Amino acid sequence: MTGFNWRAVWAIYRFEMARTRRTILQSIISPVISTSLYFVVFGSAIGSRIQTVEGVGYGSFIVPGLIMLSLLQQSVSNASFGIYFPKFIGTIYEVLSAPISFIEIVMGYVGAAATKSLMLGLIILATASLIVPITIAHPAIMLAFMVLTAVSFALLGFIIGIWADNFEKLQLVPLLVITPLVFLGGSFYSVSMLPPAWQMVTYFNPVLYLVSGFRWSFFEVSDVSPLLSLVAVAGFLAICLAIIWWIFKTGYRLRS
Amino acid sequence: MNTIVSIQNLSKTYDNGFNALSDVSLDIREGEILALLGPNGAGKTTLISIVCGIASATGGSVSVGGHDIEKEYRQSRSLIGLVPQELHTDSFESVWNTVNFSRGLFGKAPNPGYVEEIIRELTLWDKRDSQIMQLSGGMKRRVMIAKALSHEPRILFLDEPTAGVDVELRKDMWKVVERLRQQGVTIILTTHYIEEAEAIADRIAVINRGKLLLVEDKKNLMEELGKKALYIHLVKPVDAVPDSLSKYGLSLSNGSLVYTYDTAGSGTGITGLLNDLNKAGLKVRDLETRQSSLEDIFVGLVSRDAEKAENQTSDGAAS
Repeated sequence: MTGFNWRAVWAIYRFEMARTRRTILQSIISPVISTSLYFVVFGSAIGSRIQTVEGVGYGSFIVPGLIMLSLLQQSVSNASFGIYFPKFIGTIYEVLSAPISFIEIVMGYVGAAATKSLMLGLIILATASLIVPITIAHPAIMLAFMVLTAVSFALLGFIIGIWADNFEKLQLVPLLVITPLVFLGGSFYSVSMLPPAWQMVTYFNPVLYLVSGFRWSFFEVSDVSPLLSLVAVAGFLAICLAIIWWIFKTGYRLRS
Repeated sequence: MNTIVSIQNLSKTYDNGFNALSDVSLDIREGEILALLGPNGAGKTTLISIVCGIASATGGSVSVGGHDIEKEYRQSRSLIGLVPQELHTDSFESVWNTVNFSRGLFGKAPNPGYVEEIIRELTLWDKRDSQIMQLSGGMKRRVMIAKALSHEPRILFLDEPTAGVDVELRKDMWKVVERLRQQGVTIILTTHYIEEAEAIADRIAVINRGKLLLVEDKKNLMEELGKKALYIHLVKPVDAVPDSLSKYGLSLSNGSLVYTYDTAGSGTGITGLLNDLNKAGLKVRDLETRQSSLEDIFVGLVSRDAEKAENQTSDGAAS
């Protein structure tokens, strides 16, 4: 065994996907229901008072934001749980003692977590298209944004899963950081609707760039340039990869 | 025999300052069964964890099959199967899936026939579709062994494999070990059941407080360190050792005299003792010899090491 261990990547990936099948209610159905509830509250209740935002019907306008919300939350939680659970129950010994490089471990866990959240994002998109009219101006770019976001935030989840040494910490970042950033990142509104001071604050929120670029791929309207959005996601991906490289190099929270 | 695992000057100090291993050097020969004995906290599991890649060493080097465990970790780890001490299992997975998962992790192509063979050998076949959480502790231990064997390792580490398991499983396990030995698999075993080590090991290593106290062929060890006790059962039992026999260091056991002697010595002193018994007017009813067990040897070594450490501490405190 000297080359790339594809079989190990596949084994981890399959194992993680099997966990999704076993927990289908928690993994897929529950986020779909909660997203549908967002549509009811924001799309129907509030949407009936706001006709259009930047020329797009409010119900349709919030679709990219809602998909991003689920994509981010699910990528982080799937990946963090995926690596934390073996640590918690001790089965991580097997992964650490196998002939696998850190890239292969990350590909297996992060690949599975990103796949799950992508599936979920596409299911939400399909659900939304049944409720509100949706046009996708640039499907390839939309998909690219989804993949990049899912992978980047699954990497972040992986880092959280390694850092966490109890279940509370595992929930801490998604709950206290990710959710507020998504809600304040223009998921349900355009930044131009905010007072100038808050607009400035919002530009420091990295999620704004994701939502904006993603929304552009649908309606060709955005708060920031789509290229800047792409650069922001790529930069975030690079930072996460660098942290993970350091984790495996030093054995942080993995090897005693 | 070739060396398959070479451990050189291995040290491990944990972040809290605990020195788990100090300058341990050990060559493990291909195809042998090495029993690693030591009390709790001696460093056995740390040693195994470093060789298997679970823990990092703070000093020294290890090579497995000629491959450095850091630089050529893929080659070295692919040779090793590990059955850890704790029962770490994926509760929701089936037996069949978890064993195949392990095989995949080690980069081996699927081989349902081989996996079936292992599962059958460990009498898990009827439970192959059961979730692991539904199995008993003994069954889970079998699953751990099946996982370790799933990728056909050349070296198998068994860390306390029989702790808390029933007699049936122990017998099954030793059958598997015997089969593996015949196939040339090297086995490193830690156990608290010294009689097991005595029964199956080729060599014995004793570790205490992170230091290797000895590594020796079991047979030689038994001969070199083994002491024999001669039980002299008298026609008329005595309640004290006669003064005329004081030079022999005899002890009493239920009215019989006990003479301890070294089998490796040039003379055992038995002839002289029997003559002196006769002179003292003591008539012998029966003679019986008893050999020291590996356990006696192990306990002796560890307690001498503990005494040494205690003396060093008190000397240090005094100075």
